[in-house]
Amino acid sequence: MAVTMIEERKVVPYSGNMAAAEALRQINPDVVAAYPITPQTEMMHFFADFVANGLVDTEFITVESEHSALSAVVGAAAAGARAMTATAGPGLALMWEILGVASGMRLPAVIALVNRALSSPINIHGDHSDMMGARDQGWIILVSENAEEEYDNLIQAVKIAEDERVRLPVMVGMDGFIISHSIEGVSLLKDEEVREFVGKQRMFHPLLDVEHPTTHGAIAMSDSYMEFKRQQREAMMNAYKVIREVGEEFAALRGKKYEHIEAYKTEDAEYILIVMGSAAGTAKYVVDRMRERGEKVGIIKIRTFRPFPYYDLADAIVASNAKAIGVMDRAETFGGYSGPLFEEVCTALYTRNKFYPIAGLIYGLGGRDCNINHIEEAFDVVKKKAAGEEVPPVTYLNLQV
Amino acid sequence: MKGWRDLEIGALITEPGNSAEYKTGEWRAWRPVFNRENCIDCMICWVFCPDSSIIVKDKKVVGIDYDHCKGCGICAHECPKSKGDDESKKALVMKPEYLFREED
Repeated sequence: MAVTMIEERKVVPYSGNMAAAEALRQINPDVVAAYPITPQTEMMHFFADFVANGLVDTEFITVESEHSALSAVVGAAAAGARAMTATAGPGLALMWEILGVASGMRLPAVIALVNRALSSPINIHGDHSDMMGARDQGWIILVSENAEEEYDNLIQAVKIAEDERVRLPVMVGMDGFIISHSIEGVSLLKDEEVREFVGKQRMFHPLLDVEHPTTHGAIAMSDSYMEFKRQQREAMMNAYKVIREVGEEFAALRGKKYEHIEAYKTEDAEYILIVMGSAAGTAKYVVDRMRERGEKVGIIKIRTFRPFPYYDLADAIVASNAKAIGVMDRAETFGGYSGPLFEEVCTALYTRNKFYPIAGLIYGLGGRDCNINHIEEAFDVVKKKAAGEEVPPVTYLNLQV
Repeated sequence: MKGWRDLEIGALITEPGNSAEYKTGEWRAWRPVFNRENCIDCMICWVFCPDSSIIVKDKKVVGIDYDHCKGCGICAHECPKSKGDDESKKALVMKPEYLFREED
């Protein structure tokens, strides 16, 4: 990867990791603390190059674990720095304790997350179970469909996290290897544009402000703990608005829409699949192909998983001609009805008094292939469900039986 | 108590040195009772008290800060005058808090 400044907008052949590293370079955070873990390692290699070549002013902290990486980021963010890290799968799991610390202390940190499966058995490939495990830790979660989206989402994440109405950390996920290591065309913004977009960080009570000493991370007993959690809920609700605003602002710069969801050909669709991450790209292709055959199909891609866009999703479904819906999950909730996304979709519809036949589909665990045939198979399940045929609560796609 | 809208975001403490306002004495189950007549002002209790709750004026122990004393009993344990059984000769004695608090 050429170590250069980007003076002009251009389309480059980049992997997801390269795109994320480039975004980090253009954001030029004050502190990056990271520990290498497949499939994120490459991203931090690129970033270390930038640091070594003086292309960023970042203090790059090489730590001995992900627990320390996020701890360093929390410390740096409390001190008043714009701090970021990157991780994947078990690395995010090792950050678990500090995830809650970062969100509870309301620090605007950003994680570039390369989604990877969790052990056991050991698996290094793309899977959403790491992110779903971190689901309730108070982080804003954005999910990317491809390398360019990861790049765009990371730039927006900084602005979302630092908004004074939000002040919550953000993780931006991309599927391990499928996005992180695949080369594709990525349209880069100019360094100057990114710097202008993210702007200067406005700090709230930084520890390094010795004129106004503060204590971060204090104790709160049962007399006030719940009030602080209520504040976090409020921040998440604000984030719902702020993500939209930042998306609009970014769209003006980029010429590409960034909303909570992306409804693809759903207006007249009878069968709808709800997808997240890289499979959304494949699903769009399948929708195009099936539409050529005259089949009324569509997909809804979820970009914001937390705060979950219940209204947007329900609106999009209600506005379509849906007879049945399929929800594709790249993570298991063992003992639950289906995957985590399935539950959210059901909640979105139930709370609006809208009831559709819904099929749960689990796919791609541990990087298992999910190609066009499997998406078509998923649509077949949805069609069966619409026709009133019996469909199991969960259908595993591409499973050896 | 403050409502959730009024509390500082992220449990931040913006006012330094305010821990003195935290009345840890409310936790107390045992209360050290000080007897000035038996005290020799050796200051051992003052040195050992983990909560700085021994009040000293002009090099003399004058009392105990019950707002912050958690009733750990270290002062009474270390007090050289409090060894032995004769209650009338002790400088610091631990007594159950319910003897002093009407609401209990």
